[in-house]
Parts: sequence; C-alpha cells; structure tokens
Amino acid sequence: MGTAPKTAAPAAGRAATKKELPEHFKAYKHVWVFIEQERGQVHPVSWELMGAGRKLADKLKVDLAAVVIGPEGEATQSAAAESFCYGADLVYMVADNLLADYRNESYTKALTDVVNAYKPEILLLGATTLGRDLAGSVATTLLTGLTADCTELDVDADGSLAATRPTFGGSLLCTIYTLNYRPQMATVRPRVMSMPDRVARPVGRIVSHPLGLVEDDIVTKVLSFLPDRDSAKSNLAYADVVVAGGLGLGSPENFQLVRQLATVLGAEYGCSRPLVQKGWVTSDRQIGQTGKTIRPKLYIAAGISGAIQHRVGVEGADLIVAINTDRNAPIFDFAHVGIVTDAIRLLPALTAAFRARLSPHSRDRIAS
Amino acid sequence: MHIVVCIKQVPDSAQIRVHPVTNTIMRQGVPTIINPYDLFALEAALELRDQFGGEVTVLTMGPPSAEDSLRKALTFGADRAVLLTDRFFAGADTLATTYALATAIRKISTEFGAPDLVFTGKQTIDGDTAQVGPGIAKRLGLLQLTYVARISALDLQARTIDAERRSEGGVQLLRTRLPCLVTMLEATNQIRRGAMADALRAARAEIVKWSAQDAGVEDISKCGLRGSPTIVKRVFAPAARSEKATLIEAGEQPAEALIDAIFKRQPALEPELAALARGY
Repeated sequence: MGTAPKTAAPAAGRAATKKELPEHFKAYKHVWVFIEQERGQVHPVSWELMGAGRKLADKLKVDLAAVVIGPEGEATQSAAAESFCYGADLVYMVADNLLADYRNESYTKALTDVVNAYKPEILLLGATTLGRDLAGSVATTLLTGLTADCTELDVDADGSLAATRPTFGGSLLCTIYTLNYRPQMATVRPRVMSMPDRVARPVGRIVSHPLGLVEDDIVTKVLSFLPDRDSAKSNLAYADVVVAGGLGLGSPENFQLVRQLATVLGAEYGCSRPLVQKGWVTSDRQIGQTGKTIRPKLYIAAGISGAIQHRVGVEGADLIVAINTDRNAPIFDFAHVGIVTDAIRLLPALTAAFRARLSPHSRDRIAS
Repeated sequence: MHIVVCIKQVPDSAQIRVHPVTNTIMRQGVPTIINPYDLFALEAALELRDQFGGEVTVLTMGPPSAEDSLRKALTFGADRAVLLTDRFFAGADTLATTYALATAIRKISTEFGAPDLVFTGKQTIDGDTAQVGPGIAKRLGLLQLTYVARISALDLQARTIDAERRSEGGVQLLRTRLPCLVTMLEATNQIRRGAMADALRAARAEIVKWSAQDAGVEDISKCGLRGSPTIVKRVFAPAARSEKATLIEAGEQPAEALIDAIFKRQPALEPELAALARGY
C-alpha cells in the first residue's frame, strides 16, 4: 500500500468498483444506529433499525452501538437504557441541554464528532424529517456515501454494506455500496424493518462524549413548537388495518368508499401516489416508497395496480387483499387474496358485509 | 435580494415503463418535467422577490435538454437561468451533485451577486433522497431549514428568517440567519400561471450555460461518477412472490366470499377486527 503511486490512491468513487479501502478507514469498525429522540420520545424507527443493525453486526461479528443524543436528564438516560433492551452492546451518548430541541447545527456537530472519535463502519438513521435533515449534513461533512430510504440491508462476503432501495421513481430496485469511504451511511423509513422484540436487559457500557458548544455558537433558535393535533398523521404507518384506494376508483368522489370501509373496520385509510399527484387525497395519506410504509395485519388495496413504488410500502403486511379489474395487474403478484372486479361496485357491498359480520349481533350466525 | 432556486429536470415517472424482458428502463419518449417538489420552492422564491424586490436565479445541472425546464421556470417569472452541463457531471450521486451545485452557486455569487437564500424542493421524484439540499448547505457553510411549510418573516436589515419547519410530531418555528438554504414542503403554495410578458421573455432569453471549467470546478475527480462514493452494483426487478394471490371468483355474493377467504386465511383476524370495529 505504501508503495502505491500517488495517482492510484485513494481510488475514488464509482470508477473503482473494487474495494480498496484506504488505510485510514481500516480502523472503522462496528455498526451504529442513531437513536432519534424528539421531545422526550424515541421514534419507533430507531428500535426497528436496532433490529436490522443487530443482524448486520452479528454477521460482521462486531458490536452494535446506539448513539443517543439529547438533553441531560431522564428522557435521554431512559433512551440509552432502552437501547440495551433492543440489542445494543454499548451506547455513545451526547447529553447536553442545548440538545433539548432538534437543531441541525448542534445535532450535526454531536453526531459528526462521535463518528470521528469512535469510527463506525456502518451508521444507520431513520428516514424521518429529522433523520434526513441530519444524515445529509453529516454525510456531506464526512464526505462519505449515504444511501437513502433503503428497503433492505445486508452485508456481502467481503463485509461491505449492501443497501437496496427502489430506483427510477420506484419501478426497479437497486443495490448500492459505499466501497472506499467510511462510515457507510444509510437511512431507512419507519416501518420498513420489523420491530424487534424488547428483551429486558441491564444497562451496559455508556460512553459519554461532550457537545462542546455554548448557546451562542448555535445560530438557529427555536421560537416555539406546535405539536400536531391530528395524531392520525402518524397512525397510518403503525395501524393494524389499512384500506387504500388507487386510480381504479375513477373519481375523487369515489374515494369516500375507501373511507367508509375503513370506518367500519376501525382502520386507517390511505392511497397510492397518483391520487396525491392528482390532488384527490392529501400527501400524508400516501402509501409507498415516497409515502408511508405500513405493516398492518390486514391491508385492503382497492383499484391499485401495484407498481413497485407502492409494493415496497406494503409488503410487510401480514395479509394483502387486492381488488382490481385487471387480472394482470402487478398487485396480484404480491397480494395474498385477490378478486378481479370493479372496486367501485364491490366496496359498498364489502362495507355492508363487514358491518354485518363484525357487529356483536352476528355472533349467533357465526356460531351456527 | 438575490435568491437561487435549484431545480431538476426529471422523467415524468408516472409514465416510466420497464421493458418486460430485459427489466431495463425504457427511456425513449418519456416526457420530462420540472421536479414537482421544486415548483413549491420556485413559487416561494418568486413570492419573496415580489414582496422584497431583487432577483431569482434558477440553477440546474443536467444534459443540454434540461434547458427546457429552465425556460419553463423563466415563464413563471424567474429572472435568470443557469445550466450546468458537462459530461464530467454524468453519473453523480448526491455527494458529487452537491459539489457541482455548490461550486456553481459560488460562481453565481461572483457573477451575479451573493444569494441571500438558496431554495430547493424537499426531494426529487426520481431520486427521492432529500439529501441534495442539506448537502449544498453544508458545502457552502449555509444554515439550513428543511421541510419548511411557511416562511413567516424575513428581515433583510437584521438578516434573519423565521420559518415553520415540519418535524415528526409537530411544527417547529425556527429563526435563523441569512444566508440560508430552505427546502420547501409540498402543497405549501401554488405555482403561478406566469405573465404573458414572462413567456415572451423566456422564449428569447439567453440561458447561461457553464461547463465544469466555466463554473470554476477545480477538482474534476470530485464530479460525476468519479466523485461519487456510492456505487450502484445491481439494478433489478423484485422477484415475484412464489405463490400468486388466491383469486376469489366474483360470483353472486363477492363481498361475502372475499370476507370468508380473508378469515379462512387468518382466523385470528375476525375477533381482532370485531374489537377494533367496536372501538371506533
């Protein structure tokens, strides 16, 4: 390595598709997950990533570390303690009251400093508004690769992170590597990875790192925070039952048929991307790669053809039921149960039939 | 005031088709559009210019045909358009893209005046990464406000901007200092129709075209494919599930037949659904 001519090292970017990790990156070891904490709450995506990170760490035979950043006190301590219950071998913690609110400047400094000090080979973050704001800044500061919105994470034979994500607007999948830079960074959307079981474990080793800032160093100030009143915004991703509609509904008025079925089932409703682009439904209801990823026990897709962009958002559902007039629609390739018929006609009948079946008075009929 | 708006010309992805045999993208004849998310950024910039005076420069990196999108932006009322086009930029990932765009914005600063604000959409519809905005900000040492729903105040004397930023559980009202990069959230405004005068001007306007060298790129190895730390190893269509959907015949009572099929497959669902339905 020392004899390599100057022009050959470090081999940059995609021109070099073979792994020639520069010497100074060889110290980068272990898998890290950024634990996203906002206003005292850990975002569930962090625990989902701990599940994925544990598998990567076991395969690489390295440690899994959680990075907990937040204000001093109970919430941050408890996030650190919980990290051990979700599989952490150790926790890196930056606790400072300047970190009470998320701000790009202070969080970027905290995370970048910990990475530079303790050198992970893989760093995973949730693809939330906070995670994407932070990941882009940290990756650019470190001048390393960042693969956004991955749907699958694995390590290949030589230990490289293989990060798979939809590409070309969700019509194909691609596997992306960061061969010659460290850390290898990836973000994953909420609900893409399954929630691992929580196992009660004692608090392990916590490595504290200073923030090294005073308030005057941080230009951006938080003037106020208005919590969402409509909690449904976040419920769609975590709902047990979801009913969604697509272009097959024909007109915006027909979308109420989806909402009516959802109401009878106590479900959340959603839609495919074209309905958002047409302005029929608001974007917080979009299901798919660019919208919410869902993992319900039951998913009913009405008039949705099932492009990959949609498929990757619903594949984690236990039972996918598809209603579509086109027998050859791709949705029937990944649905469990399907019916080839017009959703506009079937939905009202389905709503009525579910209502009858699920009402307490129908028990006798089921028993007989 | 000078505002730079970064836009991207993207394929109208609703119309992308995958070749059924080779699984490759069929690009021929796919129409291109301005990334829809960028239109919210452009409109926000135009509104600020109309209110405070100044100029809006639109910037894009892409093939020569990306000129179409710049001209379109001029019809909406942008004052100047810069096209960064060079084969050295081809194949750039987000890190290499932010290097090129940040370099071009520095050049725009010296040629046309330092921007007070840089706008981008929250993400593109083809890459969907949402990383380019934060990357440009970091490279230029700008403060950043992402997922902005509303700019509530701008004070050019005090050099401050107040904005409502969407976070996971609510809205942060932030104040930061200019110059600053803003990524606008969707559905926050409606792109204007554009005046006839702007349409006429756009048709004749000179688009500023810069190669890597023109833009002041010092290290070509930081551009395009060579400057990209990520490599795409494999592009593929997802495997079909080995088992196809069980198709229910739409007979006389299709709804009942479908419900029977659902509960037959997942018997535990029926009591759970009954409980959920009671709960609303």
